[in-house]
Amino acid sequence: MTAEGVRSTGRVPGRLGGVARVVENHWEWYRRNWRATAVSTIVQPLLFLLAFGVGFGALVRGSGQAAAATGGADYLAWLAPGLLAMSAVQTGAFDSTYPVLSGFKWQRTYSAMTAGPITPGQVALGHLGWLAVKMAGAGLVFVAVIALLGGATGAGILVSVPIAVLTGVAVAAPITAYSATLETEGASFPAIFRFVVIPMTLFSGTFFPVDRLPELVRPLVWVSPLWHGTELARPVALGGPWPAWPAVVGHVVFLAALLAAGTALAVRTFTRRLAR
Amino acid sequence: MADGLVQARGLTKRFGRVEAVRGIDLDVGRGEVFGFLGPNGAGKSSAMRMIACVSPRTAGDLQVLGLDPDRDGPAVRARIGVVPQLDNLDLELTVRQNLHLYGRYFGLPRAAVRAKAVELLEFARLTERADDEVEPLSGGMKRRLTIARALVNDPELLLLDEPTTGLDPQARHLVWERLYRLKREGVTQIVTTHYMDEAEQLCDRLVVMDGGVIVAEGTPRELIERYSTREVLELRFEPEHRPAGDALAEVLAGRVDRVEDLPDRLLVYTADGDAAQAAVAAAGHRPLAALVRRSSLEDVFLRLTGRTLVD
Repeated sequence: MTAEGVRSTGRVPGRLGGVARVVENHWEWYRRNWRATAVSTIVQPLLFLLAFGVGFGALVRGSGQAAAATGGADYLAWLAPGLLAMSAVQTGAFDSTYPVLSGFKWQRTYSAMTAGPITPGQVALGHLGWLAVKMAGAGLVFVAVIALLGGATGAGILVSVPIAVLTGVAVAAPITAYSATLETEGASFPAIFRFVVIPMTLFSGTFFPVDRLPELVRPLVWVSPLWHGTELARPVALGGPWPAWPAVVGHVVFLAALLAAGTALAVRTFTRRLAR
Repeated sequence: MADGLVQARGLTKRFGRVEAVRGIDLDVGRGEVFGFLGPNGAGKSSAMRMIACVSPRTAGDLQVLGLDPDRDGPAVRARIGVVPQLDNLDLELTVRQNLHLYGRYFGLPRAAVRAKAVELLEFARLTERADDEVEPLSGGMKRRLTIARALVNDPELLLLDEPTTGLDPQARHLVWERLYRLKREGVTQIVTTHYMDEAEQLCDRLVVMDGGVIVAEGTPRELIERYSTREVLELRFEPEHRPAGDALAEVLAGRVDRVEDLPDRLLVYTADGDAAQAAVAAAGHRPLAALVRRSSLEDVFLRLTGRTLVD
């Protein structure tokens, strides 16, 4: 293997290179094991689309109330960008809980990565980078199916894919940071799903506009990243109506800030966990 | 620094109030197989993690490959190989994929990694299982794969944390044989173990650690010569016939160095085991079993710390 005095072949892959290697690892894993997760990332949103878009949509179609709520858009077309953002958020939340803890605790693959030149921060960034790639891929599949079902009104829905990705990663980053602080999953992960993800899914304007909610609870909606994402993804997909520009800026800033803070925190908690 | 791959002075690691490593000095030279011997909790793994540049030191000086881990951690880690105490393979990938992907972390081009994997599969005797998933492999196979993976970058220094803990005897011997091969090829190794037979098999030189400090240092042979006798007489008795260690030492006075009174047996340290055994019989003691053996590092450890290595 190594003759005396010979230099090792190993090199430090560079700041971005290291992140890319971590993404590559996730991709190789996914390529081999994608069937296990295809249900949650692709089939599940399609089931939602069928149940609500096609089934429930037929029920409300033609009633003036639905048209008033959607601003005149067909319910399926109105729902599609919301579901796109929702499924990115669900992928982001789920993949940042159990799989992250497994990387530290069960399979310990993170400690294998950081035994080499990869840094804990690169492991965290690689995880989030991979999630972005995965959400984008799942989003494109989703858009293709929507188009087949007649729910795409134009090419704008393609632009709502990166918005959905931003929303999903913005949710994933703080959850990833939190998961890195846990020794055991205990009740924390079920609590995240029950008290954060599911309420966010139901009350962020995915299935009905939030102005149908009682005045009192509406401020709660403002802290939902999914609402901010949906408010951006929907007009882009439908070609309008556009909210006032300060609102647009507000949505983008909210998501970007959440992503930046969550990512910084994740780099910190990964480093603390792996370099102790 | 001459040819030292690892040099530590006053190396210290604290976790909160617990001082796991309490100021140790080390020098490991190129081509050497160096061992940390000690019971669980002695500070071996903490010392290893600092040398591996994953755990920052609390105090003291440390140089690995001539670099400071605090400043050049990734650069050092790119040039060493690490076999952790617990395997951290990707269980849902194949044996070959584990090697490929690991090589990529070290900045190796795909073609180089592919060629290296073939060589390493052969080394780990896993060529037949190359395209099987890792999960169902035996403990010995997984261990060999972890070792092979640590060699993907042709490391200048290989760190092995308890390389054979939990393996059956046959699997252990195969691992030792592979590590011996690496040693012959000139790969510097640092091994932690709480098995004295492993330390004797593998190490050119070792330190005995206990309670975070180094209590002795030398070659296995030097340590045995310095801290033990040539032979050991092991005696087991029925509880009702068992003499106290002190009483036995008195009977054998002049013939033996000392007597260790362990819960399950008495150890008589002497230059001549057979003569000691005859003296025990002459004094009217009837042991259930008597065995004369050579001194080992286990005896060194017992002498130095008053405790056995593995309980």
